[in-house]
Amino acid sequence: MATTAVSTERANYLNSEYGIRSWLFTTDHKRIALLYLLSITAMFFIGGFFALLIRLELLTPAGDLLSADTYNKAFSMHGQIMVFFFLVPSIPAVLGNFLIPMMVGAKDLAFPRINLLSWYLYIAGAGLYVWCMMSGGVDTGWTFYTPFSSLFSNTHVVEAAMAIFIAGFSSILTGLNFVVTIHRMRAPGMTWSRLPLFVWSHYAVSLIMLLATPVIAITLLLMVLERTLNLGIFDASRGGDPVLFQHLFWFYSHPAVYIMILPSMGVVSEIIPCFSRKRIFGYNFVAMASVAIAVIGFLVWAHHMFVAGISLYSALVFSFLSYLVAVPSAIKVFNWTATMYKGSISFSTPMLYALGFIGLFTIGGLTGLFLASLGVDVHVHDTYFVIAHFHYVMVGGAVLGYLGGMHYWWPKISGRMYPEGWGRLAAIIVFIGFNLTFFPQFIVGYLGMPRRYWQYPAEYQVYNVLSTAGASILAVGYLLPIIYLLWSLRYGKPAPDNPWQATGLEWRTASPPPTFNFDETPEVTWEAYEYDTMPLPDEVTLER
Amino acid sequence: MANHSEHAGHAEHVVSGGLYWLIWAVLIIGTILTAWIATVDLGIFNTVVALLIATCKASIVVLFFMHVKYTSEKMTKAILISAVFWLFLLLFLSLADYSTRYAG
Amino acid sequence: MSDRAGVGETPLATEHEARPELRHHFADVVQQRNAASLGMWVFLATEIMFFGGMFCGYLIYRRAYFNEFAAGSRSLNLWAGTINTAVLICSSLTVAMSVRASQLGKRKQLIGLLLATLFFGVVFLGIKGYEWHDEYVHHHVPTFYFNAQDLIHDNPNLRLDPQPTKIFYSLYFALTGVHAAHMLVGIGIFTVILFMAWKGKFTPEYHTPVEIAGLYWHFVDIVWIYLFPLLYLIDRRPGA
Repeated sequence: MATTAVSTERANYLNSEYGIRSWLFTTDHKRIALLYLLSITAMFFIGGFFALLIRLELLTPAGDLLSADTYNKAFSMHGQIMVFFFLVPSIPAVLGNFLIPMMVGAKDLAFPRINLLSWYLYIAGAGLYVWCMMSGGVDTGWTFYTPFSSLFSNTHVVEAAMAIFIAGFSSILTGLNFVVTIHRMRAPGMTWSRLPLFVWSHYAVSLIMLLATPVIAITLLLMVLERTLNLGIFDASRGGDPVLFQHLFWFYSHPAVYIMILPSMGVVSEIIPCFSRKRIFGYNFVAMASVAIAVIGFLVWAHHMFVAGISLYSALVFSFLSYLVAVPSAIKVFNWTATMYKGSISFSTPMLYALGFIGLFTIGGLTGLFLASLGVDVHVHDTYFVIAHFHYVMVGGAVLGYLGGMHYWWPKISGRMYPEGWGRLAAIIVFIGFNLTFFPQFIVGYLGMPRRYWQYPAEYQVYNVLSTAGASILAVGYLLPIIYLLWSLRYGKPAPDNPWQATGLEWRTASPPPTFNFDETPEVTWEAYEYDTMPLPDEVTLER
Repeated sequence: MANHSEHAGHAEHVVSGGLYWLIWAVLIIGTILTAWIATVDLGIFNTVVALLIATCKASIVVLFFMHVKYTSEKMTKAILISAVFWLFLLLFLSLADYSTRYAG
Repeated sequence: MSDRAGVGETPLATEHEARPELRHHFADVVQQRNAASLGMWVFLATEIMFFGGMFCGYLIYRRAYFNEFAAGSRSLNLWAGTINTAVLICSSLTVAMSVRASQLGKRKQLIGLLLATLFFGVVFLGIKGYEWHDEYVHHHVPTFYFNAQDLIHDNPNLRLDPQPTKIFYSLYFALTGVHAAHMLVGIGIFTVILFMAWKGKFTPEYHTPVEIAGLYWHFVDIVWIYLFPLLYLIDRRPGA
């Protein structure tokens, strides 16, 4: 780590203690954030490996690389790992954990030991999942739909579901810590209307984590009991209803999409004003839109079940409610755009990711409207159109926001500057690779290629070859930051406390911050995002 | 009925023991009442009455035993109301499917 | 803002020295206490949703298979259920009284009330275990050996379907089982609290652990207050 290089400098959270015990038993939110960073990166590469298998298999129309069964396992474990072990904890558990106490002016989260417990629960869940994967894996799709998962699948369904059950409690505890911290630990003068929008979006995310995660926990538990004890709750042949599982599953899993996207929106709301040198346009609207997305997100879950046999009347209602989510999402996109209008924009790495986010999220969101309308959904349901849609939101949205945030706050986390040129290059490669991977899937899905098949008719091959080529480019875009961020730990220029001349309390302390974040508790007397009073960033730091 | 005492500049209510015994008596009577009234034929209202009594009992526990009546904290009430609201979202919207599934 | 707890900065160093229970990252004891209590309330909100998933299943199947649910409900032991409800209410009383004793700094009274709480908790689980054993003997536990012929025999004019009665028992065991697991956790927590009280950790100024453990216990009681009519009293009308 960077500790050797910076040990001559001020005391900070990295050089305060050494040794493995000082990390495994730490209650410092910043160290726990780094523990999360390492663990979710490991899970990301396992999930990425399965993505690689999927894309290689789909290079040719025949099922030549993987058998049908192996392919089922590959896409199931790709989905479960990426959703439950990477995307859900990604920004909240890493960047949120690191930044929220600093942004509100606190010394730590409200419950530091519970924060550490939540990491151990994550590790327990991830460990169980990896063990399940090693012992043969699971083939239910990421959704665990009954009755296949409860009656027919011969794979390790119980282990996988229990792994996600355990990881769910990690996410509940993170959300609980955030809510209490944001309510109770704010520094004097840090009113709700002065909170950074990153904190607002994490508040909204915590609401979802707290109110939705317990439902999937109990649902998976019932499914496991059904499978092991032969209950019949979700088995139509014995009076049960498999669709009930889908109701309960999507009650969590639709809001879970907003667990993934809202933190990214928070990151983007920080980056855009900073690199436009303007106060965010319509602060209150952006803040309230986060909460509105969280609340409305709970009212739309059955749009995943339009063809599953739910009643036409409730389908109509859910279709209508799904359209409502577009309103707060559009408010955000409009406000980010309006923030940039007549701003002094610099296209540095975090800004490139943020701009990519806006474009890709807009495409992902708008195609969501196609899927929310009953007629179109019947046509494109369970096709690659759906795959492309949610990857535009989850990868184009959530992952780009995560990468943008990692670059934006990397100087604060590590105390080092990353090489700007490489950063921009990687951002552009990710953008190109992503679009090349997933845009063809919209077309091939609309033409009728179903998801979750390992073979396909030859006329779809050109789109799949494009997609696989794009995935290779995307992989390079993911590997590059790992290399140059690790490189920067040793060879990067030492970061100033506020390299971007950004507002926000986290920039008013040292880089890297001292163990208790601030030498003395800050007193906030200014509004959020007062960029008109900030000097322009140092030309040398930004390498314009 | 309740004494006031100040600790560290923060008002904290010490409820009198007598009130707690009274609450206990009400809850026990409610339990006996609900078990008895279930054996009386009220038609569809049996379930309604049972849930009404349960809700009264739960409210008393929340207000007195859990001190929500005495807290100046608005957040506690906000959390309670939103949790119950979300529970109703889950029940209501899933029932919206089941109750109309075979209609028309 | 109304719910901001941080007060001043002047007493910081002294208060941290004078109050060993005050953790480093809180400004003062009031902030620490308000954080703990808010944390427990937020946790209870997630607990409501945790039980909510099962209540949702219960509601939907009870609506679809009312007769089977009513027959299953009638087969449960009404006396055991009623007495258990009363036992939990008694335990809630002792918990509320123990919070009061800790507020007033009455250590011996506190220890006695905590012991009484643990006693009621164990009695509840004992009665519940007795009921479960009874249901096991009658093959009403929903596993591969499930058999509801006796219910069909008892209600000849209802044309009961054995499968939905199994769903009733599945939900009954899931709900009471998860509730009993919460009771076990509660007994564990109160054992720790008892140990702390015995060590004399609680003073009129510092008794947050008793308070928030009490909130948890009352919540588990409230869940049972709903489970009792929903499981035992679906249809107890004479002649039904």
